[in-house]
Amino acid sequence: MPRTLTINGQEISARSDQTILEAAQDANIRIPTLCHLDGLTDVGACRMCLVEVTGSNKLLPACTTRVQEGMEVRTDTERLRAYRRQIIELLFAERNHVCAVCVANGHCELQNAAIAVGMDHVRYDYIFPRLSVDLSHERFGMDHNRCILCTRCVRACDQLEGAHTIDVMGRGAKSLIIRDMNVPWGESTTCTSCGKCVMACPTGALFKQGSTVAEMVHDAEKLAFLKAARERKVWNV
Amino acid sequence: MTQRIVIDPVTRIEGHAKISIYLDDAGEVSDARVHVVEFRGFEKFCEGRPLGEMAGITARVCGICPVSHLLASAKTGDDIFAVTIPPAAEKLRRLMNLGQIVQSHALSFFHLSSPDLLLGYDSDPAQRNVFGLIARYPDLARGGIRLRQFGQEVIELLGGRKIHPAWAVPGGVREPLARENRDYLRGRLPEAFDTVKAALNFFKRYADEHAEEVAHFGNFPTLFMGLVSKDGGRWEHYDGWLRITDTEGNVLVDGFDPRNYAEILGEAVESWSYLKSPYYKPLGYPDGAYRVGPLARLNICSGMGTPQADAELAEFRQRGNAHGVVTSSFMYHYARLVEILAALERIALLLDDPDILSTRVRASGGINKLHGVGVSEAPRGTLFHDYEVDEHGMVRRMNMIIATGQNNIAMNRTVRQIAQHWIHGATAGIPEGLLNRVEAGIRAFDPCLSCSTHAIGQMPMTVTLIGSDGTVLAEVKRE
Repeated sequence: MPRTLTINGQEISARSDQTILEAAQDANIRIPTLCHLDGLTDVGACRMCLVEVTGSNKLLPACTTRVQEGMEVRTDTERLRAYRRQIIELLFAERNHVCAVCVANGHCELQNAAIAVGMDHVRYDYIFPRLSVDLSHERFGMDHNRCILCTRCVRACDQLEGAHTIDVMGRGAKSLIIRDMNVPWGESTTCTSCGKCVMACPTGALFKQGSTVAEMVHDAEKLAFLKAARERKVWNV
Repeated sequence: MTQRIVIDPVTRIEGHAKISIYLDDAGEVSDARVHVVEFRGFEKFCEGRPLGEMAGITARVCGICPVSHLLASAKTGDDIFAVTIPPAAEKLRRLMNLGQIVQSHALSFFHLSSPDLLLGYDSDPAQRNVFGLIARYPDLARGGIRLRQFGQEVIELLGGRKIHPAWAVPGGVREPLARENRDYLRGRLPEAFDTVKAALNFFKRYADEHAEEVAHFGNFPTLFMGLVSKDGGRWEHYDGWLRITDTEGNVLVDGFDPRNYAEILGEAVESWSYLKSPYYKPLGYPDGAYRVGPLARLNICSGMGTPQADAELAEFRQRGNAHGVVTSSFMYHYARLVEILAALERIALLLDDPDILSTRVRASGGINKLHGVGVSEAPRGTLFHDYEVDEHGMVRRMNMIIATGQNNIAMNRTVRQIAQHWIHGATAGIPEGLLNRVEAGIRAFDPCLSCSTHAIGQMPMTVTLIGSDGTVLAEVKRE
């Protein structure tokens, strides 16, 4: 049963099982995201896709809110722009993001988001937490300094690879991405070394070993391809 | 009563330094010290970072000579990987380092120091800068600016950007040289040669006319250290053996693998400066003081290895002592120009090399050694990077010996000599031109505290006369 709604005054139709984000994407309306990745389920963690919906006094995440008949959605108001910039600034203040010497410089969704929201400086005090780098895996590395806790790696490992090696430990800003029961990556007994988590990472937190500055390019779109190909059973095995 | 004159900050150098001049009761200079008062901490915050990031991070030590750190770091990575890099990669790294030498030396000579020489130490400070130079000597100024631009273009066309290109990596380089870029650089060479030859002619005339300058501008015996080529001991800028000579031209150390530098070099720490003072261990501190950089490289080598630069080297040595060793720090400027000429000749040779367009430019490797040292010649002198890593390639300990540090003792002596020669009875007041002369002693070494703001002209400088009890007796300010 199709639904008709308006986004930014533009009338569009969507399937009843679609989210506002999916409907907007189909209509070529861009809503900024960070924790969303095509091919993975959405968790509404980063709050970048918050939208205004008439009749709701709170902001709703477009990635986890289903469309409804007659819904009036606004994706790009002054209030939303202010919040989005605030979110990005808080992410930068929370950990140690140094674009100039980062392996993902120029290929980073956080960096792109900062540019898109016009972040010319950060208004909050940096926390400068002391965080570790895990190079124990033969092929990949994890730098917690650059992690934004989007959990895309957790979902890619669970939903696409089926290994569920990766999970989250702790609470709030002090949460950490871990492998198995918080063992060094190289000692994980469940990791298949498939590299899907590295593809899914939006920043330089997960990288190929030996990467130098600006050299780490994530192939996140391969994950969506993989999922779609499986669902459509294109390989016939 | 003992007095102390403080020049703070020293202008037209990068970063933060000040000079203290100590006067005795008669107002004569008893000592002078250069204090480097900035603290960077690279060796500390690189700990716990992956080896692959080192080239990119350490390049940020300096915006003037990032390529030097890039290459020393990449070479340290080569050592830890225990790989032989592809021949084209070495040639491309050499090409970039030569571009770096041209642009850095051109900046030092034309933008920073030539205003003192061409306009005069005592000229109006408001005009004594690159803009004043453009007004009075437009052709030379334009040529110098374009020469520096050429050096930067070499870097940019190889690494994708002029400053901080993350291009040299452990195992080689990331991108080969494109044919059209090679052709473009070839076309830029003739003008660059003309500029440096004109500057050489000017400088030689100047040096002959200003004998007092040359004689009292950091003119003293020290050792000289640098790399020379493994075959024949010629001028070298990227990879070679360490050689140390003295003022009589005696060779103290030769054929020495620079990776074993710790066996012969010690580092002294003085409480009044964040800059360490390396010295040659067998002679102790401070007698083991040595100079590095253009002057040292020209003094230690057996030849430049290219015809035009060799002819200039012969003339350079005629201006030295009876042994052909040039001991005046003022002649750093001269040596810099000879090196630009040598770099241009070598760039021309490399651009004609059939390997230079090869696309096989990166060897792969893993952590095969837990300790590596990479040494190359930065424009300002021999640069050492020394890393210890764990089995995963995480940096556990790091040591960098920077060219400017190795000239620390010599810079202090230079400042003292200039101050002693020019400052007498300073209680009567300190003319501005005098301060500039003292600062110029530092500038001759082109310390890697050098800074781009420098080219815009004046930074404020305060000189304070302080009595031994700490009271301020007099103050001269330059806004």
